[in-house]
Amino acid sequence: MSTEPLLELSHVSVTFDGFRAINDLSLSLAPGEMRAIIGPNGAGKTTMMDIITGKTRPDTGVVRFREHDLTKLDEPAIARMGIGRKFQKPTVFEELTVRDNLLLSLKGLRSPFSLLFAKETAEETARIDGLLRTIRLGRDASRQAGGLSHGQKQWLEIGMLLGQEPDLLLVDEPVAGMTDAETMETADLLREINQTRSVVVVEHDMEFVRALDVKVTVLHEGSVLAEGELDQVSNDPRVIEVYLGR
Amino acid sequence: MNASLSFRGASVTAVIVVLLTGIMAIASLLPASSPVQVSPFIMTLAGKYLAYAMLALAVDLVWGFAGILTLGHAAFFALGGYAMGMYLVREIGARGVYGNADLPDFMVFLSWKSLPWYWWGSDHFPMALVLMLVVPAALAGLFGWLAFRSRVSGVYLSIITQALTYALMLAFFQNGFGFGGNNGLTDFKDILGFDLHSPYTRAGMLFVSGLILAGALLAARYVVGGRFGSLLIAVRDAESRTRFLGYRPEQVKLLVWVFSAVIAAIGGALYVIQVGIINPGEFAPANSIEAVIWVAVGGRGTLSGAVVGAILVNLGKTLFTAWLPEMWLYGLGALFMATTLFLPQGLMGLMHHMPKKRPSEVTPEVTNPEGGEA
Repeated sequence: MSTEPLLELSHVSVTFDGFRAINDLSLSLAPGEMRAIIGPNGAGKTTMMDIITGKTRPDTGVVRFREHDLTKLDEPAIARMGIGRKFQKPTVFEELTVRDNLLLSLKGLRSPFSLLFAKETAEETARIDGLLRTIRLGRDASRQAGGLSHGQKQWLEIGMLLGQEPDLLLVDEPVAGMTDAETMETADLLREINQTRSVVVVEHDMEFVRALDVKVTVLHEGSVLAEGELDQVSNDPRVIEVYLGR
Repeated sequence: MNASLSFRGASVTAVIVVLLTGIMAIASLLPASSPVQVSPFIMTLAGKYLAYAMLALAVDLVWGFAGILTLGHAAFFALGGYAMGMYLVREIGARGVYGNADLPDFMVFLSWKSLPWYWWGSDHFPMALVLMLVVPAALAGLFGWLAFRSRVSGVYLSIITQALTYALMLAFFQNGFGFGGNNGLTDFKDILGFDLHSPYTRAGMLFVSGLILAGALLAARYVVGGRFGSLLIAVRDAESRTRFLGYRPEQVKLLVWVFSAVIAAIGGALYVIQVGIINPGEFAPANSIEAVIWVAVGGRGTLSGAVVGAILVNLGKTLFTAWLPEMWLYGLGALFMATTLFLPQGLMGLMHHMPKKRPSEVTPEVTNPEGGEA
C-alpha cells in the first residue's frame, strides 16, 4: 500500500493488575478501508477500542490517527478529531427523544455555553431528517429513545455515529441480539457507510462477517494471530485451535 | 420537543407566585381591622418560604437535571445571605449600640480599630449585589472545577459537599473570621433608606421576592428546556457516552452548578432582608439535607415541584413546630419516607397521573413541524 495509513497501532501493550490485556499489538488501517476484528472472549477486542478512543491509556506503544498521537488525548478530543464509537450494549439517551439524541450527536457545537443559546438550524433539521431515513426511524422521531426495541436502539446509535460525521467508525458487536433479517440489513448499512468512511467492526457472528466481505484480523491474547480474507483465516490451523480449544 | 422536557408548569408556577405575592403585599397594607389583612408575622414567614423556594430550585437544577446530589447547597445560600447582611449591618451606621458610624457593633465589641479589607465597599448596595453573586459563584466554580474534573461523583461528591458547608460553618463561627461569630449579623434597620420594619417595605420586599423567584423559575426553565438541557439529561443518564460524542461532561456540570449556586445565593440574600438575621447556623449540614427533602417531596426534576415542595414542607414545619415542637423531625422523616415509597416523583408526579388530554404520541410527519403549506 502506498498511502499513509489512517489508523496505526504499533507495539501497543497494556496491563491490568498484572494481566496483559493487549500484548505488543500492531495493526494498520488504510483510509477508506473496512476491517473486521474477530477473536475469542478475552482476546482484547474491546480493550483495543478503549485504547483507540482514549478511554484506556496504553503502557507502551503508539497509536496514530493521521498525524496525531492518540495516546496523549482524552475521549472528547479524540471524538472531535473524527473517531466515532458504537458500544456493544446500545447506549442511547433514553429520556430524550430520538430526534434530540440525533441533534446532540450532530457534528458542530460542543461547548456547553454555546449550546445554552443555540437554536436548531434548518440545516440541522435537514441533517436529522436524512439520518432518520437512513436508520429507518422516521416514524419514531418524537418517541423517547428508551421506548425503542433493542434493534432500533442499535440503529439509533449508528445514526448518532453518522451524525458525528467521523472519518473512522469503531463498531463493537453491532448485531448482538439482532434477528437474521436485521443482521443482514446492518451489514448492508455498514457497507453503505464504508463508501465514505473507514470502519472497524468487532463481531462474533461469522455469518455477518462473511456478509461484510472484508479483510479480517484475528486477535488472540492481546495480539494479532492472523490477518487476511475470512476463508483464508478460518482455515488457518492456529485460528482453528484458538476457536475450538486445544 | 419532548413533553417531559417542556416544563410548561414552570411558567404557570411563576405566574401564580407573582399573583399571590402581589395579592399578599396589597392585603398586608389594609388596616388591621380588615378581615383579609395579612399580618407582618405572615409576611415574614412568606418571605422566608420564598427564599427557601429559591434554594430548592437551585438544588433541583443540579440534583434533578445533572444528577448531582448536593448536600451542601445551603453554603451558597448562606454566603449570599452574608453578602447582603454585610451591607445591611453597615446601613445601621451610628444607630448601633455603640454608636460607631464606621464599625459594626460586633467589631467594636472585639475592639477592632478598622474594617477588615474584605469589608471594603460593603456600605454600598451595588457592592452587596456583586459580592452576593461573585463569591458563591467563584466558590462553586472552584469546587466544581476540582470535583468534576477529577470525575468525583455519586455519594463521594455528596459527602464533599457536606464537608464544604461544614467547614464554612466552622469558619464563620470564629469571631476572628470577621462576620460576627456565632451571633452572625442582625439588628438591621433599613435597606436603601427604606425602613425594614415598615409594612410598605415588607410588602415591597415580598413582591420583589415573588418577581425574583418567578424570574429564576423562567431562567431555570430556559436552561433545562433547550439544547443545553438535553445535554444535561444526557450527562446525567450516560455521562461516559457523551464523552465519546465529543462533549466534556465536567464543563456541562460546572456550568449548571455555578448557575445553581447563584440562584441559591440570591435566595439567601432575600432571606436575610426579610428574616432579619444571618448566622453560621445557616451553614449547618442539616439545612442542606432539608432542602433535598423539599425537592423530593415536590418532585425532583420538575422545577415547579421544588418551589411547591419548599413552600409546603416549610408551611408544615411552621404549623407542626407550633403544635408539637419535639415531633417535627419525626414528621419530616416520615414525610421523606412516604414520598420515597409512594410518590417517587413527588407531588408533581401526582399531577401527571391525573387524566389529561391524550398526548399526541406518534407524530408521523417528520419534516417542517411548523406545518406551513410549503
